[in-house]
Amino acid sequence: LVFTEEDKYGLYSNFLFKYFLAEGVVCGHELVVASAKEHPDNILKELPAPLLDDTYRNELGEEATAVKSEDFQDSMKIAWRYQNLPKMEASPTTSTKFGHYYDVSKTMSPELFQSIKWHSFYLPEELSSQPKMKTCNMNSAYTRLLQSIQRIIYQEGFDGSDPQKKQKNILRIGIQSLGSMLWGDDICSSDTPEDIHSLTKFLYVLRGLLRKSLSACIVTVPAHLIQNKAIMERVTNLSDIVVGLESFIGSERETNPLYKDYHGLVHVHQIPRLNSLICDVSDTKDLAFRLKRKLFAIERLHLPPDLSDTVSRASKQDLAESAKLLSSGCGAMAIGKKHLDF
Amino acid sequence: QGKFTLLGDTRTDGSFLVHHFLSFYLRAGCKVCFVALLQSFSHYNIVAQKLGVSLAAAKERGQLVFLEGLKSCLDLLFGEEEEQSGQPSPLQFISESASDLKALFDFVRMSLTPTSSDSWKGPVLLVDDLSVLLSLGARPVAVLDFIHYCRVAVCSQLKGNIVVLVHSNEDSEDEENELVVNSLCHHSDLILWVEGLATGFCKDVHGQIKIIRRASLELTAEQDLVQIYQYKIQDKNVTFFARGLSAAVL
Repeated sequence: LVFTEEDKYGLYSNFLFKYFLAEGVVCGHELVVASAKEHPDNILKELPAPLLDDTYRNELGEEATAVKSEDFQDSMKIAWRYQNLPKMEASPTTSTKFGHYYDVSKTMSPELFQSIKWHSFYLPEELSSQPKMKTCNMNSAYTRLLQSIQRIIYQEGFDGSDPQKKQKNILRIGIQSLGSMLWGDDICSSDTPEDIHSLTKFLYVLRGLLRKSLSACIVTVPAHLIQNKAIMERVTNLSDIVVGLESFIGSERETNPLYKDYHGLVHVHQIPRLNSLICDVSDTKDLAFRLKRKLFAIERLHLPPDLSDTVSRASKQDLAESAKLLSSGCGAMAIGKKHLDF
Repeated sequence: QGKFTLLGDTRTDGSFLVHHFLSFYLRAGCKVCFVALLQSFSHYNIVAQKLGVSLAAAKERGQLVFLEGLKSCLDLLFGEEEEQSGQPSPLQFISESASDLKALFDFVRMSLTPTSSDSWKGPVLLVDDLSVLLSLGARPVAVLDFIHYCRVAVCSQLKGNIVVLVHSNEDSEDEENELVVNSLCHHSDLILWVEGLATGFCKDVHGQIKIIRRASLELTAEQDLVQIYQYKIQDKNVTFFARGLSAAVL
């Protein structure tokens, strides 16, 4: 269960959401798209087109060779010890080929959709039907969504209930803007909501459904609107992966020279610890994202060298503040008190 | 015998302790009732196999009673209209407005009461984890009542042990959770608290564990004994060492 905290204006989390669905289309998985905001048909029309392997590798190869030739020309004179260290990779996954790359400037062609099966759940259309399952005091929109998902899992045989089915496939579920007012939940609008357990109950039942079947799910939530922080803590406990996106639009960080190349930060709050005692933690904790012309890239955050002569006191303090906030670590591996992190 | 152990974690995952206690008690030959609310049976099974115990075999011979919370919640909500005869679901409180955990307690009591054919050593109740009950709509008082009833039944009457895992954060805003955790801390005989290092993330030392033996609960006027160790989790094992003496440093 991938839980994504949306950024303020929902722009960038949409990209992650669409990538997840697009990957499903390309891999031939079945899709379920649920939203209360946009009609799923529209969402699917806007999925990015997959990049053909050759063109992307060429691009990547060109960049890499260009950089390398510069390097060999000037060897380091002052910090010569650093020359022996391996060159740090900006994007952690250049070496492994896992998944596909997508071109966000083009949309996916309709022929790709023909081959896969997909289901949609658009809340305004579903409000007319009556839920058949026991409501258990949960929000009725959530109840309907759960019922719909369960029905799809059962009918399409993802839970192994139909042994006749030879081809095993994976179901990818994408739920957009859960917890927002459009789903009838008021946790985003008031400090003491009527039913604070709706979202957590929903996630628990969803987790049960996912564990029981061959499916994966991404949920995006406008976390910045949820007033009651206790809910976020409980939700983090109930999800496998929690990723937060923080964009720089409209915040003071937009003009901070530290972040000039990037559009926002990626906070990984939790990674899954399934079927083993430990989890696989990468070396780096500071990730930032940026929207290039064709690509939505997540990279390690580089601190630019502090080269300016006239650095005022205020901006130096800003840099120190931001550096402190950078390495806060993620929840699966232990993190310590904030002011001592460096 | 008759001890209540509290496992807690702060900003990290203390579930490796749950896996340890599970395989420990199974190997010791105790009858274990495991209320697993957060993960599926296969997750625990795979980890237990790495630690040398087979949960499926334990279930077969009746040594382990496993309540898979996720599965029974689904059965409760999506089950067929005709109710099966017999006991109501242990997680009944989710669907009903009366939010007491009596059904869950009845389930626990029934599974740990020794039958005539049982030859196991003392019963053990293991809960992973208690904070989930609050997320599902149980009131904190109901959770504390449940634990209290379990203590009476398991620790006092049946002379067994209870091990419970909870989560807590230092500056947590989840008041209900903090209430439950504080209350349990006062009543536990042994507290194992897992937390991160004060200096931040480290690859070789995954965190530190604080062991508090509550000698002050007994009638002798002794202080609680506090010990602190650091640990590193590996694939099949967890190594503990004194503070500052990790293998990477020596």
